[in-house]
Amino acid sequence: MRYTVMIKVPEPLEDVIVNLLRLANTKLPEDVGWALEAAAAWETNETAYAQLGGMMENVRKAEFKGVPMCQDTGIPVFYVTGRMDASVEDGIRKGLRKATDTIPLRPNTVHPLTRLNSGDNLGDGMPLIRYVPTDDDLEITVLPKGAGAENMSRTAMLDPADGIDGIKKFVTDAVLDAGGRLCPPTVVGVGIGGTADSCTSMAKEALLRPLDHVNPAADERALEDELFMTLNSCGLGPMGLGGNTTVLRVHVRTAYCHTASLPVAVNLNCWAARRATVRIKRDGTAEYRQ
Amino acid sequence: MDQISSPMDERTVRGLRLGETVFLSGEIVTARDAAHVRALSAADGPKELNGATLFHCGPIMTIEKEGRKVIAAGPTTSARMNGTAADMIRRYGIRAVIGKGGMSSTVLDAMRETGCVYLAAVGGTAVSLAERIINVNGVLWPDLGPAEAAWILEAENFGPLTVAMDAAGNSMYDNVKRTVDRTRPYS
Ligand code: SF4
Repeated sequence: MRYTVMIKVPEPLEDVIVNLLRLANTKLPEDVGWALEAAAAWETNETAYAQLGGMMENVRKAEFKGVPMCQDTGIPVFYVTGRMDASVEDGIRKGLRKATDTIPLRPNTVHPLTRLNSGDNLGDGMPLIRYVPTDDDLEITVLPKGAGAENMSRTAMLDPADGIDGIKKFVTDAVLDAGGRLCPPTVVGVGIGGTADSCTSMAKEALLRPLDHVNPAADERALEDELFMTLNSCGLGPMGLGGNTTVLRVHVRTAYCHTASLPVAVNLNCWAARRATVRIKRDGTAEYRQ
Repeated sequence: MDQISSPMDERTVRGLRLGETVFLSGEIVTARDAAHVRALSAADGPKELNGATLFHCGPIMTIEKEGRKVIAAGPTTSARMNGTAADMIRRYGIRAVIGKGGMSSTVLDAMRETGCVYLAAVGGTAVSLAERIINVNGVLWPDLGPAEAAWILEAENFGPLTVAMDAAGNSMYDNVKRTVDRTRPYS
């Protein structure tokens, strides 16, 4: 059973968002913890083993003390599904401002030209909120995305003739060239097909899948498994200092594309692969899970 | 595992071996993108930087009754400072740089010339590292905001830190890159 908490007293959305951000930043999802432990069990390189041990110790401390596990609390990306109206955006923005003060989160949002910090993690276009309206309960997922990992993103319009080998090369180069500049072992999100913008979004959305989720599409699963094995045999290792653990998981998402295009995108998440979801029932009950 | 105290002298720095794990006690100064630019444009730079141990970090700080407190302080990507670090090391005689991911060969050259090492902290371990910071001694350029300002911190047993680039011109990142390039698939 995954980590779930029910809160029965209806709270304003802004407070639900604070809880959600606190959960995401202070507690690593169980599947990510298991992946780190499994990696440590297989690691033969002494430095690599020490890095993984340090990461796991930090996760325990953050959860125990209720403070963010990493100082880069990132840019939170929100995914909203269900029945919604304009009050959702308002609640998210108010909640993020409050969370920045109270958890606290690091104020990360700056104007791109003046580089002036807004101080509250808000700004034009920030936070990013993606909506998918459905006829179901409101569900909000947050993906706090640190810059170390986000800066290593890549998108390319390959030639269709490059084929699957071209895709594999593109993905492995993105991970290996990133080296230790983010915090490996990484979770690799890959978007294939669609358009230049949709494949980039798919790559990021792939990071929302729990690491133990098995991809039902056989061809995607085969690609995920091959890339996982190959990347972990390259010797980059945790923090790029060498070792057997370079990635924790590879998740692929695909969409149909134009016959003359082959868009591919890679979005990486660091070992601190944070995420949390809340489902708000009609009666106002909030159910948090990771 | 060695204990070292900061600030360090050249002899200690040159005695550190590649791959060695150390824990550091003493003063460290946080500096990232904006602080490097400030430090290099200042006509007479702050004396706190002379011979200092730099920490590539933008911490989360709170204000408590007893003063400022560090809540989370892990390393940030050092490569972003590749363009400014060599000048910084030469001008201020920096003896150690704590960060993650390693730095360019230009920086490695400056480190070998002047006697400076690169110590890799475990990325993302912001809570464990913040616990080892026992005092906030001061701050330079607070107008840059808490993440970009240069915090002068007192650390105790700060680590584990891996000597990933030594003062003799060796780099673990270069060694790993050679392995990776040898086995690089699909090329
Ligand atoms: S890459 Fe991730 S774990 Fe590393 S510093 Fe950035 S947010 Fe933290």
